[in-house]
Amino acid sequence: MLDKRDPAANDRRIEALLLHREVEDFNNAYAAALDEQRLDEWAEMFTDDAFYVVISRENADRKMPVGLIYCENKGMIQDRAFALQHTAMFAPRYLRHIVGNLQILGEEANGDIRARANYVVVQVLLDRPDAKLHQVGVYYDKFRRVGDRLKLAERRCVYDNLLVDNALCLPV
Amino acid sequence: MTLNCNAGALGYAQTNATIERMTGMALQEPILAQQYAWPDDDLTIIPDWVYTDAAIYAREVERIFHGPTWNYVVLEAEIPNAGDFIRSHVGPTPIVVARADDGSINAFENRCMHRAAEFCRELSGTAKEFICPYHQWTYDLKGNLIGIPFRRGVAGKGGMPADFKPQEHGLRKLNVTTHRGVVFASYADDMEPFTDYLGPEVLREFEATFDGRKLTVLGHYRHSLPGNWKLYHENLKDPYHATLLHTFLVTFGLLVAGNRSLMLTDASGRHGVMASAKSDKTVAGDTKKEMRSYKEGMTLREPRFMDFIEEFDSPWSVTMATIWPNLIVQREMNTLGIRQIVPTGPHEFIIKWTMFGFAGDDEAMTRHRLRQGNLMGPAGFLGLEDNEAIKFVQDGMQGAPNGRHIVKLDPATPAGTSDTLISESAIRAMYRHWREAMDL
Repeated sequence: MLDKRDPAANDRRIEALLLHREVEDFNNAYAAALDEQRLDEWAEMFTDDAFYVVISRENADRKMPVGLIYCENKGMIQDRAFALQHTAMFAPRYLRHIVGNLQILGEEANGDIRARANYVVVQVLLDRPDAKLHQVGVYYDKFRRVGDRLKLAERRCVYDNLLVDNALCLPV
Repeated sequence: MTLNCNAGALGYAQTNATIERMTGMALQEPILAQQYAWPDDDLTIIPDWVYTDAAIYAREVERIFHGPTWNYVVLEAEIPNAGDFIRSHVGPTPIVVARADDGSINAFENRCMHRAAEFCRELSGTAKEFICPYHQWTYDLKGNLIGIPFRRGVAGKGGMPADFKPQEHGLRKLNVTTHRGVVFASYADDMEPFTDYLGPEVLREFEATFDGRKLTVLGHYRHSLPGNWKLYHENLKDPYHATLLHTFLVTFGLLVAGNRSLMLTDASGRHGVMASAKSDKTVAGDTKKEMRSYKEGMTLREPRFMDFIEEFDSPWSVTMATIWPNLIVQREMNTLGIRQIVPTGPHEFIIKWTMFGFAGDDEAMTRHRLRQGNLMGPAGFLGLEDNEAIKFVQDGMQGAPNGRHIVKLDPATPAGTSDTLISESAIRAMYRHWREAMDL
C-alpha cells in the first residue's frame, strides 16, 4: 500500500522492492546458468576482485577457512569454469539449483549490497534412479552495481550437509 | 553342495546360517578357504569378492581395523587442552578421543556400557565428563564409569546388584600413541611402537611432512564415496593413473611420465608413499602422444595457484603416504591434509579430511595453502576425478559375478618399491600383506 501523505517514504519502499526484485532476478539467472552448465556465463556474474567460496557449516561455525572451492578473484573463477568444461573427468549429471528466502540485509560503506538467500542443489546421476539432495545451504552475498548490471563481489556458499555425496563436480 | 563364490550383499552371515541349518555344523575354515581362494595364487589378479563381499568386509573390520594396526584418530592440535574431545572412528566403530586433566590422550568407544547408546553427539567440544543422555551413566575423560543414577535404588528397592563393580564397566578403551602431533589408536594390546610399524623408509617421509613445526588446523572436508575402502589406498599406490587421469598434474608438470618419482612401500607392503618432483621441462613428443589428457598451451589466469614454495627437507614436491589401514597423508606441494578412511560397508566409505598448515605460517602462506587446496578434496580438480573413478570401479563390479582385475604393470618388480610410475607393484605388495592379515 502506498502512503498518500508521505511520497518520500513511498519512493524508498519502491526502491527497496525494485532492488529485491533485481537481486531475485540475478539469483534466478545464476541458478539457470549453473543448471544448464553455462559456466563461462556463470564466471561473468562476478566482479574482477570477487571472493567465491563453498564452505561447510562445520568449518564456518568454527571460523575455519577451508572451502571445497576457494576463489580469491575472478581469474580463479574462470580457471574453475575452464577446468570443469575442458579438463575435469566426471560422469554426466543433471543439476537443479533452487534459490529462495531472499533477504536484503543492508549496504556496506562502499555501496555493496549485503544479502542472503537459502539454496538447494538437487543432482541426478544417469546411473541412479533418484534425484538426490546434493547441497542445502545459505548464500551470504555482496552485490555491486557494475555499469547497469549487478555482479557478485562476494558469494560465500555455506552448506549444512555434513557429507558431500562423493564429489561436488559443478559450482553452487 | 556348492557355494556361491560371490555371496555379495547376502554375505557370509546368511550363507553361514544356511549351512548350519542344512548340515548342523558350523562353517569350517577349510570351506571358507575354498570359497575365497585367490585365483592361481597370483597377485597380478585381484578377484572382485575382495571389494564386494560382506563376509570379507566383516573379517576386515575384525582382523584389520580392530586387529594389530595403528589407526589414525585425530591431530593433537585439535584437542590441545584438558577436556577437549573429538568424535572419531576406528574402522566403522565410533570412538571418542579426549584429553584428560593429566594431559593424556584417551580413546574409547562411543557406546555406553549400559544400553549401547552413542552417548557423545557433538563433532568436537570441551567437557568435564561424558553423560549418556539415555540413563545418565557418567564417564570421566579416560572412559571410566563414575556415576550410575539410582545405583542403590529408591527407598531400599530396585537399583543395581550389590556386587556390581563400576570399575569393571568402564568404556571399551583403545591403546593410544602419538608421533609428531598425529594420534593413533589400536584395539590390539601388543602393538609395536608406531615408528617400527611404519618402518624406516615410510617413517622418513612421514617426518618430512610432520617436520616438528606445530600444526594449525585450517578445516575439514567430509564426503562419502560409493566404493570399497581399499580402492582408495590402491588409487594412491597407482602412479600410472595419475599420469593419465589428472590433466592438472600432467599439464603443469607435477607428475609426468619421465619425471623423477618413486613408488615406495615398506617391507610389509601395507604402507606406501607415492613421491614425485615437479618439473618445468616440457613433455617429450612421444610421451605426449600416450597422454590424452595433456592439453597443449593451457594456462591459468591465476598461476600463483600452482606455485610450489619450498618448505620441506625432501627431494619431492609431492608425496602421498598411505598409512595402513585408514590414513592418507597428503603433501601436494603446499596443500597439506590428513585423510581418514571410515569404512561403512563393502560398497561405501567416508573420508574425513583435516587440512593443516604450521604455526609459523603468515597470512600469505595460509592463503596460498587455501588457494592450492582447490586441487584436492571432493571438489578438487584432482580430488573429484579420483572420487568419480573409484565410483566407476565399484559400479563396474556390480551385477557381474566372479569378475577379476588385472594389475600386471611392471613385472620386473613383483611386489614392493618401484622407481617407475608405470607400475602396479605397490598394489600387489598391499595384497600380499592383506592376504596374510586376512589369512586368505
